[in-house]
Amino acid sequence: MTDNKAALKAFREDVSAWMAENVPADPGFLLPLTFLEVGTEQQLDFLREWQHKLWSAGYLGMHWPTEFGGQGADPAYQFVVDRELGRHNAPIIFNTIGLNWVGPLLLDMGTDEEKAKYIKNILSAEEIWCQGFSEPDHGSDLGAVQTRAVKDGDEYVVNGSKIWTTLGNYADHMILLARTNPEAERKYDGLSFFLSPMKVAGIEAHPIRKVTGEYGFNQTFFTDARIPASCLMGEEGGGWSVAMKTLEYERGVTAGQASGHWGVTIQVDDMIDELRALENDGEALLSDPIVRDDLVGFIMEAKALSLSARRMAVPALNTDYPMGLALSVKYRGTEYERRMKQYTASKQGARSALYVGDADAVRGGFWQRAYFSNFGATIGGGTTQVQANIIAEHVLGLPK
Amino acid sequence: MSITLNVAISLSDEQGMLLDVARGFVRDQAPIEAVRAQLETETGYDANIWRAMVEMGWTGISLPDAVGGAGMGVGSAVPVFDALGGGLLGTPLLSTTIAGQLLWRAAGEKATDWLGRLCNGEIGTVALLDHADWGVANTGVALDTDGTLSGRKRFVADAQVADLFVVVANESGTPVLALVETSALAPGALSANVLIDLTKRAANVDFTGAKPALVVRGETVARALRDTLLLGALLTAAETTGAAGRCLSSITEYLKTRKQFGKLIGSYQALKHPTVDIYVGMENARSFVYHGATIVSDEVLSRDAEVACRMAKVAADDAMVYAGDRAVQFHGGFGFTWECDSTLFIRRAQWAQQMYGGAIHHRKRLAALLLDEEGST
Repeated sequence: MTDNKAALKAFREDVSAWMAENVPADPGFLLPLTFLEVGTEQQLDFLREWQHKLWSAGYLGMHWPTEFGGQGADPAYQFVVDRELGRHNAPIIFNTIGLNWVGPLLLDMGTDEEKAKYIKNILSAEEIWCQGFSEPDHGSDLGAVQTRAVKDGDEYVVNGSKIWTTLGNYADHMILLARTNPEAERKYDGLSFFLSPMKVAGIEAHPIRKVTGEYGFNQTFFTDARIPASCLMGEEGGGWSVAMKTLEYERGVTAGQASGHWGVTIQVDDMIDELRALENDGEALLSDPIVRDDLVGFIMEAKALSLSARRMAVPALNTDYPMGLALSVKYRGTEYERRMKQYTASKQGARSALYVGDADAVRGGFWQRAYFSNFGATIGGGTTQVQANIIAEHVLGLPK
Repeated sequence: MSITLNVAISLSDEQGMLLDVARGFVRDQAPIEAVRAQLETETGYDANIWRAMVEMGWTGISLPDAVGGAGMGVGSAVPVFDALGGGLLGTPLLSTTIAGQLLWRAAGEKATDWLGRLCNGEIGTVALLDHADWGVANTGVALDTDGTLSGRKRFVADAQVADLFVVVANESGTPVLALVETSALAPGALSANVLIDLTKRAANVDFTGAKPALVVRGETVARALRDTLLLGALLTAAETTGAAGRCLSSITEYLKTRKQFGKLIGSYQALKHPTVDIYVGMENARSFVYHGATIVSDEVLSRDAEVACRMAKVAADDAMVYAGDRAVQFHGGFGFTWECDSTLFIRRAQWAQQMYGGAIHHRKRLAALLLDEEGST
C-alpha cells in the first residue's frame, strides 16, 4: 500500500469512528430526503446544527483552501467523507447550493474579497444560499430571463420574479441572473450575475407545495428591491458565462463540490433488500423470473454509472468523445434513479398505494416519496430533455 | 457489500498503444470498400491483412510467453477486437484467439507446439455447438474406442479456413477436447452456413472418422470450456462495441448533412434523442468491456470476472441491435439499400447478439449470480 492509500485508509477509519459517535439519532420528525425539500423551521435548525457540527469536526470542504475554512486536502478525502455519510445514514448536508455550486464558482472565478466574505459561512452553515435562475415563463430556456436589474447610483433596483427557488425562504444570499440590458443584440449579452442579499425590503419568497406534499421550493418576488452594486459578480452584461459555469458545477460536469451528500443515499442494493422482503402470488417476489430480469437491468445500470465515473479518469478510454461521459452523468443517473424508485414503490401489493403517514406503509412510504422527490433531479438543473439536446449538440455535434 | 462494488477499469500504456496501433491499422488497411470486397468471397478475409496481423503479433497477444505468445494477458486482446469491430473487418482472429484460450486453459504447456502454430498464423477454431443452444453441454460428438470421432458440429466459426479444430466431445460420457487437423477431415465434411453477417464465415462440420492429433482429458476441460465461453462473450462484446461506435458515427454524419423540409435532419429531436441513447448505450458497453478487460486473467476466472463478461455481452448486444436498427431507419429509403453501410451494421448486430449466448442466456445467469448467491447483496 502506498503512503497515500494508507493515509486515506486511516482517515476513513477516523471519520467512521467520529460518525458512529456523532451522527444524530432520528429526531422523531420527518427529515427531508434531499436539500430540495427543507420545508419547516424545525428541519432547518436541525440540519443547520448538523452541518455546523460536521464542519467544526474538520470534515467538510476537505479540498477547499484552509484560509476560507476548508481543509486544504486532496479531493479524495471529501469522497471518503461523503461515502461514510451515506454508510452511516447521516442526515443530509443541506446548504448544497452554497457548497456545491456557489462555493466552487467563487473559488474558480470570484475575487479575493468575495471568497473571504462568503466561503467560510457556506461551510459553517451560518449563511444559506439559493439560486435565482429559472422564471415562471422561462424554465429550461435561461437565455430568455426577464427579471430586470437597473443601476441607480451604487445600487441596482430589481423587479421581476424567480421560481423553484430552493431554500429561498430561509436563504441569506441568492445567485441571481437578471437582465441589465434589454437592448443587447444577443439576448445573452444583456444578462448580469449577482451575489444578491435576500433579506432586504422588496424581496419575498412564497413557499410552493410539491408533488410529495412537502415544501422547499419558492416563488421569489422582487418589487423595487435595492441591492448594492458591489454584489455584481464579474462585468455587467457578462452574466451568461458565469451562469453557464455555475451549471457545470450543478450538473457535476466540473468537480470542486464540497459535499456530495445532498440527498439520502439510495442504491440498487437498498432496492433489492426492500424487494427481497416482499411477496407476490404467495411466493418471494425475487423468485419471479420477470422481476429477476428487471433487477439484472437495474444492477447493470447502476454498475455502468459507477464504471463511467471511474472511466472518466482514464483519458485513453475517452478519445472518441472526451467530454461525453461527464456531460451525460445527469441524463443517465437521474433517470435511472427515477425508474428504480418507481419500480420499488410499485411492487408492494396493495401497500404500494400507501403514503407517508400511514402506519402500514412499507418503510413509512419511503419509496413513494423518494420517487416523487426524484423529479427534482430529472427536472432541476436542466430537464432530461434539455440534457439530451446538450449531449446531441456538444458531444455528437448534431445541429441545433 | 454492494453488488456494484468491483468497478475496476484501466488501460495500461501497452494496451493503449495496442488500441492506437490497431485503430490506425484498420483505418489504413481496411476502408469500407475493402470490407465490402470480401462480402461474397469464400474465405471472407484478405490474406495480406491476416499476414500483417500475424506479423504484428496479434495472434499471440493473449497467450503466454512459454508457448510463443506475447504474455500480455487475455484482457489485452480487448482493444484489438474493439478496433477490428470499428472497421467491421472480417478476419479469423476471434476464432483463433478462442481456440488458443481453450487449448491453453485445458492443456497448458502440453499443447505448446499447437499453440505455437496458432501464434504463427495458423487458423484455429472451436467446434462447440451440436445444436443451436449455447446453454447446454454440447458434447454430442463421441471419441470412440478406436480413437476416431463420430458426429457432427454446427455453426463452426471460420471452419472453411481453419487449420486446426478444437472439438468439444465426449469419451464414454466424460467431456474431452479433441484437436483435429483439417487434413484429418473426410472429403465433403464441411457444409457452409449462409450467415446473416457477410463479414463472418461458419460451416457445419462432420468429424466422423477423423482421428484427433491430440486429446485433452481431465478436470481442466470443463473449467477451461466455461472460462473460454465467457471470454468469447467478452471479446465478441469488444468487437460489437467497436462496431456500435462506427455505426453511431455513420448515423451522426448523415444527420449532420441530410436536409429535409429545409432543415438538417439532425436538428429534429425525434432523431436527436434516440441518437443520444445509441451513444449512451455504446458508452455503457465500452465501460463494461474494458472493465472485463481489466479483471479477467490467465487464471481461472473469478466470480466478478464472470459477471463482467456476461454484462459486457448484454450491454454490447443491446447497444448494437438498437444502433443497427436505427441506422437503417434514420437513413430513410437509402438506409434500406444494399449500398448503405447500415446494411452491414444491422447484419453484424443480428449475428453478434447470439454469439456465445444472447441476452436471455446471460441475464438468467446474472440473476442467479447477483440475486441468489450468499453475500451477493
